[in-house]
Amino acid sequence: MRYLTIALSILLVIPVMGLAQTPTGAEILRRIDENQSAENMIVTSTMVIHGRRASRSVTAKSWIQGTEKSFTEYLSPAREAGTKMLKLEDELWMYSPQTDRTIRIAGHMLRQSVMGSDLSYEDMMEDPKLQNMYSAEVVGEEEFNGRSCWVVELTATQDDIAYHSRRIWVDTDRMIALKENRYAKSGKLLKTAEIREVMRQDGRWYPKNVIFKDALSQGEGTEYIIESIEFNADIPEYIFTKASLRR
Amino acid sequence: MNWFLLKGLLRDRSRSLFPIIVTVMGVFITVFLYSFIKGEMTDIINTNAHFYTGHLKVVTNAYKEQIDQAPNDLALLEVSELQTRLEQAFPEIQWTPRIMFGGLIDIPDENGETRSQGPAAGMAVDLLHRSSGEVDRLDIRNSLVQGRLPEKPFEILVSENFAQKLEVDIGNQATLISSGMYGGMAMQNFKVVGTVHFGVQAMDRGGMIADISGIQTALNMDDGAGEILGFFKDGRYEENRATAVVQKFGSLPLSGDDAFAPTIMKLSEQNDLGSMLQMVDYISGIIVGIFVVVMSIVLWNTGLMGTLRRYGEYGVRLAIGEDKGHIYRTMIAESMMIGFVGSVIGTALGLAASYYMQAHGVNVEEMMSSSSMLMPNVIKARVTVTSYYIGFFPGFLATTIGSMIAGLGIYKRETASLFKELEVQ
Repeated sequence: MRYLTIALSILLVIPVMGLAQTPTGAEILRRIDENQSAENMIVTSTMVIHGRRASRSVTAKSWIQGTEKSFTEYLSPAREAGTKMLKLEDELWMYSPQTDRTIRIAGHMLRQSVMGSDLSYEDMMEDPKLQNMYSAEVVGEEEFNGRSCWVVELTATQDDIAYHSRRIWVDTDRMIALKENRYAKSGKLLKTAEIREVMRQDGRWYPKNVIFKDALSQGEGTEYIIESIEFNADIPEYIFTKASLRR
Repeated sequence: MNWFLLKGLLRDRSRSLFPIIVTVMGVFITVFLYSFIKGEMTDIINTNAHFYTGHLKVVTNAYKEQIDQAPNDLALLEVSELQTRLEQAFPEIQWTPRIMFGGLIDIPDENGETRSQGPAAGMAVDLLHRSSGEVDRLDIRNSLVQGRLPEKPFEILVSENFAQKLEVDIGNQATLISSGMYGGMAMQNFKVVGTVHFGVQAMDRGGMIADISGIQTALNMDDGAGEILGFFKDGRYEENRATAVVQKFGSLPLSGDDAFAPTIMKLSEQNDLGSMLQMVDYISGIIVGIFVVVMSIVLWNTGLMGTLRRYGEYGVRLAIGEDKGHIYRTMIAESMMIGFVGSVIGTALGLAASYYMQAHGVNVEEMMSSSSMLMPNVIKARVTVTSYYIGFFPGFLATTIGSMIAGLGIYKRETASLFKELEVQ
């Protein structure tokens, strides 16, 4: 009888221990957002776009404030240098020095590729905080690239989200999504992302090298490499004005 | 004999009127339907050829795989040299480069900021060299609603509908935002010098026409083009000739398996036009087939009714010694006369209606407002040599066959019972 009691106790306690170790989907999203978002940041990045004909690199510097404002200036190659983009809430403006025009990007144009990459303007426009857009459910635990990951399914909580659902593989130690599949409402796979390198800065884990792949195109994908990143930097407010596009 | 039969038909109209009306209607429908379908299909094929497919089209192997998306990152390079080599190899064909592109057209306000914008489907063609024949091929001069043809690389035409939607006037600036050949962002200012109405809904919705040199600069496609279109110089597409060109192209050192090597396509291999060409033949055959079968049945029935009505007459003729074969032959001769007259009238009426529809057509613009199919807004009939005989022979044949079947009853009449039948009558 005593052995039976012990066995039953073990059987009851083990699952409770397991549940205690696996955070909820909402908790995982909160910790990812803590890792990846900041009050403001200045990022210098390079996109290596692997096309069927050739690969090309585009370098840009971005100033980001919260989830609503960002300003990007393309530094190279020469043909794109000086092109600037300004995101103010749900509006996107673009300036090209060749035409000396400030153009609002809206509607179907938001789905177009940015600089020929596998990223769309919509991708750039979306709220960086996953908690604001998705509900989450942990559906399993898998190993990815030698790291233990929680597999989390995200479902959009609003209608105007670019991707209706996502499946992410979240590093259990570093709370960063190492792999991501993004789906349309129909269930069709639209985009994939895989982190190739992670960096540690200011106590956060942040993706250093990510490869994005548009599942609907035949390109070889786009590498997004963070050259430098500065969290909670001082950014003057005039940066986020249309006037700064022409400076 | 024939004169005697003809007089009989003219005097006794109940013998001829109904069969003639039936034949006229059948022949009229056949001629008109054939001409209308022929016209519609020919217009669709010509519109597709002029706007998109050419009689032949040269693209890269990689471009061909995704041709619906017109992927300019997979376009042909060193197009001038390639065009020269094609002209040398195929002197009977006029070759001309084109770039199909999509993007956003943005109209600035007085501060240079967005006043209006809309997605555009653009076509870059060689407008500045008259020898290219593109202005005539696309009928741009007659399609102009306002303004003039482009005379410089960065001058464009936009469709009248698009111009109204964007509230753009002649002389306004328009900025194209698109993707360059190597994937980069392409932004270029153009001057709107004219508006056009192509009469093709898919083009009129958001179309833009520019000279190819301006678009090559805008999209970073130096001496590049998405497609080189080939048109037979006599303007006629023939499958056999196109097949011969494709075979010869395959033997030239131009082609290969490399993703960026040029490959060639016939008109019939694009936009499902091959099945459309086959459909024209099938439909013509089906119309004639149905006509002959249905009309034969109707005229057989008419013949049976006539035979019943003239039961007594045939009885008397048999009773006075006329041969059954002779009666049968006179019946067939009568029906041939009816068939001839009905077919002539039916063909004449069918041709008249077809010529009218060839000149005026039917406007289907409203019905096509949301269609992406490349077809003209006004569907017109086309009278060909075939239109002159496609209804005549079936009309003549159906009347004769109907009579031949109905007349077989004569051979079932028994001479022995004739007088008894005549007494009853």
